[in-house]
Amino acid sequence: MSATDKIDVSIEHKRATLDDGTAKKHPNTCPGCGSHYRDDELQEHLRVCPQCGHHFPVRGLERIKQLSDPLSFVEDEGALRSGDPLEFFDLKPYTERLAEAEVATGLGDAMITGTARIELLPCRLAVMDFSFMGGSMGSVVGEKFARACDHAAADGLPLVSVSSSGGARMQEGILALMQLPKTICALEDLHEAGGVMISVLAHPTTGGLLASFASLGDVLVAEPGALMSFAGPRVVAQTTREKLPEDFGLAESNLRFGHIDRIVPRGELRPVLAQLLRLFGSKP
Amino acid sequence: MTSDAELGLRDRLAKLSGVKLLRGTQLSSELERLQRQLERLKDDTSDEEIWKRVELARHQERPYTLDYVERILDDFFELHGDRGRMDDHAIVAGLGKLEGRTVALLGHQKGRDLKERTKRNFGMAYPEGYRKAIRVMELAERHRFPLITLVDTPGAFPGIAAEQHGQGGAIARSQAVMVRLSVPTVSVVIGEGGSGGAIAIAVADRVLMQENAIYSVISPEGCAAILWRDAAQAKKAASAFRLDAAHCLDLGVIEGIVPEPVGGAQTDPDAAATLLQESVVSHLHELDGIAPDDLRRTRRAKFRSMGVFA
Repeated sequence: MSATDKIDVSIEHKRATLDDGTAKKHPNTCPGCGSHYRDDELQEHLRVCPQCGHHFPVRGLERIKQLSDPLSFVEDEGALRSGDPLEFFDLKPYTERLAEAEVATGLGDAMITGTARIELLPCRLAVMDFSFMGGSMGSVVGEKFARACDHAAADGLPLVSVSSSGGARMQEGILALMQLPKTICALEDLHEAGGVMISVLAHPTTGGLLASFASLGDVLVAEPGALMSFAGPRVVAQTTREKLPEDFGLAESNLRFGHIDRIVPRGELRPVLAQLLRLFGSKP
Repeated sequence: MTSDAELGLRDRLAKLSGVKLLRGTQLSSELERLQRQLERLKDDTSDEEIWKRVELARHQERPYTLDYVERILDDFFELHGDRGRMDDHAIVAGLGKLEGRTVALLGHQKGRDLKERTKRNFGMAYPEGYRKAIRVMELAERHRFPLITLVDTPGAFPGIAAEQHGQGGAIARSQAVMVRLSVPTVSVVIGEGGSGGAIAIAVADRVLMQENAIYSVISPEGCAAILWRDAAQAKKAASAFRLDAAHCLDLGVIEGIVPEPVGGAQTDPDAAATLLQESVVSHLHELDGIAPDDLRRTRRAKFRSMGVFA
């Protein structure tokens, strides 16, 4: 694709919205620049807009493919499924929501764990998938992360987590809140065993995730534009009735305020993780 | 307001709760019978019953942390500030004597009149509040003082500055510090146990709830707005959450229920304080005999066992 193509596409789109704001958007429109994209082309670009660099969400397995050496990933604990301790029923029973999410995503819950190699360096991965009930953390996510810590400690492998979650899973009530201390306990055990955890914060990492393990990695890196706030922008705006800064809660603002170590564009994530693993003593 | 049936229920629960309901300890047959009774009581609880507890937990006259401090601690010395940026008045902390021994105590603090409420930010802490909590936890560890925390917050404050100063990370680190402590720790939810803002100071060896306290992952109103798309469904959300003490005990999230005077703690703060003190002291006595390493190991094992999956 040539540079002229890129410019034309975005300008066309901007005109279209000016002419008629109610017109139906093309389904493949970049929210960053308004350009249109082809699915295969976006996938080739690691789901980063080739025009403006907007980072689209990445599903868990695709993320693992992006980060790890080909065919190196071996999943574990994939059979874990959530119970329904509260017999929770809002507009639908929780069990039905779980079943629907499993059918829609092909996943048992919002986190995938296993072993992999990144540039030949062996590690443990704990990767979240936002498309499973908003990546919310309930009993299964908590348990999978805890087991990932234990496996990492037992094998002497570093743990890389990629978070993408709205927070605790409301349908599990107080037990969902208890996954915060649970994951922290597991991480403390790993740290005491001398293990390392690198935390990658993808869009969005909010609520209970930011208030638990995602904030406690030895090194924290975030993707550009990732929202990482404890309270969401809407809640903050409603509570304070103040105008929010333009980059409120975004990775860029978090870097400025000292909450993360670096912002890493998706294309550089793999080599950066490999560099960090080497610095913490990993060998092929 | 209070029906005979409700009074009866409260009375039964108060009596039941007077007996220590410790999970994981061996229960005598009498205790088992009482536990079954509690189960039935729990099954009785209607949406209205649970909502009454929400209202009592938020009652304007309900005793707050400092009301209990002045009644149960001697020689209290309040500690201020996070040693970095400010003193967050939504969390109070200090040292005092509990039955002759020095303890560290920290808790959320709400205000009673408008001026005080504003000063205390309605009990909603900034990250600075949690950093103050952290430094007091570390002080307790250094000097082997048992740590008591009293939880009473609608939640951590959702504000621009709070986010900029690292609310999520502060809550995470406060929990991590509690996980590392090797001194005995007892937390009591004395009103609202609101989500991350509450758990930040409640990762303790023994977590108790007062009879009319609530503990939840999100406020009933917040949950209703998200799941039912209607904040008016808060009552429904509250009962769906099972955020009352009896249910939390049943779910294994807390170790015991602290009884309150009939009608709620606000009817007789002195009596409520006496009951709270008795519970805390008896739990601290039980923890006294446990070696520091075992305390930490048991605490971690407890929290790591929470969750329901197959």
